[in-house]
Amino acid sequence: MQLTVWTYEGPPHVGAMRIATAMEGVHYVLHAPQGDTYADLLFTMIERRGKRPPVTYTTFQARDLGKDTAELFQTAAREAFERFKPQAMLVGASCTAELIQDDPAGMAQAMGLPCPVVALELPSYQRKENWGAAETFYQLVRKLVDKSARATPRDGRRPRANILGPTALGFRHRDDVIEITRLLGTMGIDVNVTAPLGANPADLARLHNADFNICLYPEIADTTCRWLEKTFGQPTVRTVPIGHGATREFVAEVAAVAGVDAAAVLDTSNMPWWSRSVDSTYLTGKRVFIFGDATHAIAAARVARDELGFEVIGLGCYNREFARELREAAKLYGVEPLITDDYLDVEDAIQALQPELVLGSQMERHIAKRLRIPCAVISAPVHVQDFPARYSPQMGFEGANVLFDTWVHPLVMGLEEHLLTMFRDDFEFSDASGASHLGHGAVAAPVVEERVLEPVAAATAPAEHAAAVTSPVGEKGGWSADAEKELMKIPFFVRGKARRNTERYATEQGIAAITLETLYEAKAHYAR
Amino acid sequence: MTAVSPIATLGCESAPVLRERGQREVFCGLTGIIWLHRKVQDAFFLVVGSRTCAHLLQSAAGVMVFAEPRFGTAIIEERDLAGMVDCNEELDRVVDRLLTRRPDIKLLFLVGSCPSEVIKLDLSRAAARLSVKHAGVTKILSYSGSGIETTFTEGEDACLAALVPYLATDTSDAPSLMIVGALPDVVEDQFLRLFTELGIATVHSLPARRANAMPPVGPNTRFLLAQPFLGETARALEDRGAVRLDALFPFGAEGTTNWLHAAAVAFGIDEMHFRRVVAPGRERAKRAIKHSRERLEGKRITFLPDSQLEIPLARFLSSELGMKPVEVGTPYLHRKHLAQELALLPADTVISEGQDVDRQLDRVRAAQPDLTVCGLGLANPLEAEGLTTKWAIELVFSPIHGFDQAGDLAELFARPLRRRDVLRV
Repeated sequence: MQLTVWTYEGPPHVGAMRIATAMEGVHYVLHAPQGDTYADLLFTMIERRGKRPPVTYTTFQARDLGKDTAELFQTAAREAFERFKPQAMLVGASCTAELIQDDPAGMAQAMGLPCPVVALELPSYQRKENWGAAETFYQLVRKLVDKSARATPRDGRRPRANILGPTALGFRHRDDVIEITRLLGTMGIDVNVTAPLGANPADLARLHNADFNICLYPEIADTTCRWLEKTFGQPTVRTVPIGHGATREFVAEVAAVAGVDAAAVLDTSNMPWWSRSVDSTYLTGKRVFIFGDATHAIAAARVARDELGFEVIGLGCYNREFARELREAAKLYGVEPLITDDYLDVEDAIQALQPELVLGSQMERHIAKRLRIPCAVISAPVHVQDFPARYSPQMGFEGANVLFDTWVHPLVMGLEEHLLTMFRDDFEFSDASGASHLGHGAVAAPVVEERVLEPVAAATAPAEHAAAVTSPVGEKGGWSADAEKELMKIPFFVRGKARRNTERYATEQGIAAITLETLYEAKAHYAR
Repeated sequence: MTAVSPIATLGCESAPVLRERGQREVFCGLTGIIWLHRKVQDAFFLVVGSRTCAHLLQSAAGVMVFAEPRFGTAIIEERDLAGMVDCNEELDRVVDRLLTRRPDIKLLFLVGSCPSEVIKLDLSRAAARLSVKHAGVTKILSYSGSGIETTFTEGEDACLAALVPYLATDTSDAPSLMIVGALPDVVEDQFLRLFTELGIATVHSLPARRANAMPPVGPNTRFLLAQPFLGETARALEDRGAVRLDALFPFGAEGTTNWLHAAAVAFGIDEMHFRRVVAPGRERAKRAIKHSRERLEGKRITFLPDSQLEIPLARFLSSELGMKPVEVGTPYLHRKHLAQELALLPADTVISEGQDVDRQLDRVRAAQPDLTVCGLGLANPLEAEGLTTKWAIELVFSPIHGFDQAGDLAELFARPLRRRDVLRV
């Protein structure tokens, strides 16, 4: 058993729901106990969908277990078909139904429903959401395409691509698809099918009609792309166009595969100039910690180092399926890869590294908030505010603009907050005023919450904030009042690092009491 | 006391109930943890379940997960499914680790889930075994919050019913009053003040705010249910000799008056004194409700089943705000506890128990009520179809009981209608 408070991914059947909900004309009959319908509200609330997800849950209860849950399943499947008239059905079990072994696949087959039925085997106790989505998409495609068909010859027609991977509940999938479709259009390439998002079963049946596939989100589409490669000989474009450089590479790769001229693409990105302009100089060498799904984390690391001039000091992902790719990427930055689905590991890493910016998921946003470190969201899982009304892709040239604004914004805020703190003795600034973006009269005193799984002897640094912190006089030697006061003059977003460095320096040098002298000796010692 | 102006013929107590089976769009009992762990300050709730259970809790707890709350899930993995012995050892390991790190926990609930029940993992035995091991520091109990056993608020019922056998025996000769059901602290304090003013000497709450302050129970205990979903808890209390005071549930001016009155009668409080004590609050409640009446009067409302609060709330809305209940759905109907409530509902109200969600939505579409109370999985889709909705879960999470919340409660229903009228997009 694994003690868990927060999980980065849901169970695999939620991945299957993401595929069913993304598509039109597909209905999912899920053998599940009462209560599993909670997953509906991820789609209706977080993504704000105006339609119920196309899922029928058998919702069996204890009193059904003694009887025939199989019959319950067949009734649900039959009624779902009659009511919704889907062009294809998915059938499967949630974690509880997996244990009662009713075999939805066999039952659905026996029923002879008048539409293609895809039976899903999603091992709930080994696998998770992304895997479930990838597997569901792959099984649907295998079932629905005509394996003997081939794309019509080019004969002067425009090249055609499939865009594969966008789903329901995908982080910025809606706008990424718009951006990439537009980009392909300027290159004279038509989109044959975008799937699963917005596609129906008939669309999947004509996937063979494209000249190549674009694997937009490897977490979802990688298995399917490999199978299409093998079955139809369609090449796969694998560059994920997140960031300015990656978008240019993507364009080059697409142009090569499709046999078109990449020069037709106008680079409409403001990002390079914004990043080169003098206002961005202060971004140089900012230490950034990156965590999320592997695809977004790896892409973000490249943007951070090569396009914003940050220093990547930590890189990790929560999806083990892409651990190898992440390890490769971590080598590029000379950092230790962090592959974990335990947020406490991530929190420890952030605390130990004391970055100046955290790029992560909803969970890292909260960790960073607790540690008072600026943060921006780059990956699912995300909350309702990251399904915005406005156009905000992560991909393509517009995506690069969005990334610049999104990542720099919290740093500017941080600087503003720091200036307020620095001038807090100024007669016009009262000590009680917090950061301006927190509204007037907001006090920026952090709350140090209890931790669920806090080890008793946790060697965690004391929380850093603008109020005076008295540090424990431990074996590391205590801080003199002078040195402590001086430390408080250091910007809060680098204070934690300064404290650690000074203490480490004192330990190494065998200095018992930290004085002003020690503080500045350490500063010189660790000078960048 | 409860003079209700008879607009329509009243009385649903013997009306036929529409019972349906089919897909149910409801939460499981695990969701109760979200408010229970805030109420009992030194309790920890450990769900033994699957990743789905952890995912549900985090979806329902929303932002609370990040305040490091006192709940978690021991996620069953493939190797746990290999054999029972292993499962119990694993559970012990997880509990030991948790309690070593959180010595402040005085009460630990092992909460059963669908997966743990299907594999027949005996959590009551595990709780007994672990209680011996951690004796003197942490009391360990178990209950089921699984979807196959419980619907949404029934999770609280199962939790409190598990507490009852462990309550101390009340041996005093004087009768005492027990308020049963987790209420927001502010509401609980208001009720305690009122009972003190009425002159009822000993008043307890179940659950108490701390594990070591749980109330005693015995033949001299009189209890008032603050929530309509506490059937099992009431039975467990009656098994220990306690006596339930039958009353309306304390929603609105009338419901609250009636509820307080049941206690006043049982404790022999002078009627004139009772009136004097409740008059100010009752007046305030009526004044506050008036603001919403204008918008709600004559409006038709349907409740989809969610929490068992539906019938008392429909009674409040119909008798105090002039709304017309079309269909009132509830996941489970406790006829005895709701007898007084049913008697006050308009006779033409359709009462339904259980759910076949697609058929029920067909009825909603046919009836086109002005307001539909439903879960978050249905609210936006119904809004997109042009119906106005009020999401039900808020009624469980917000302070809505008693005189001083009556206005807020009415406003919860008035707001979506007001919003519908002000928007020009």
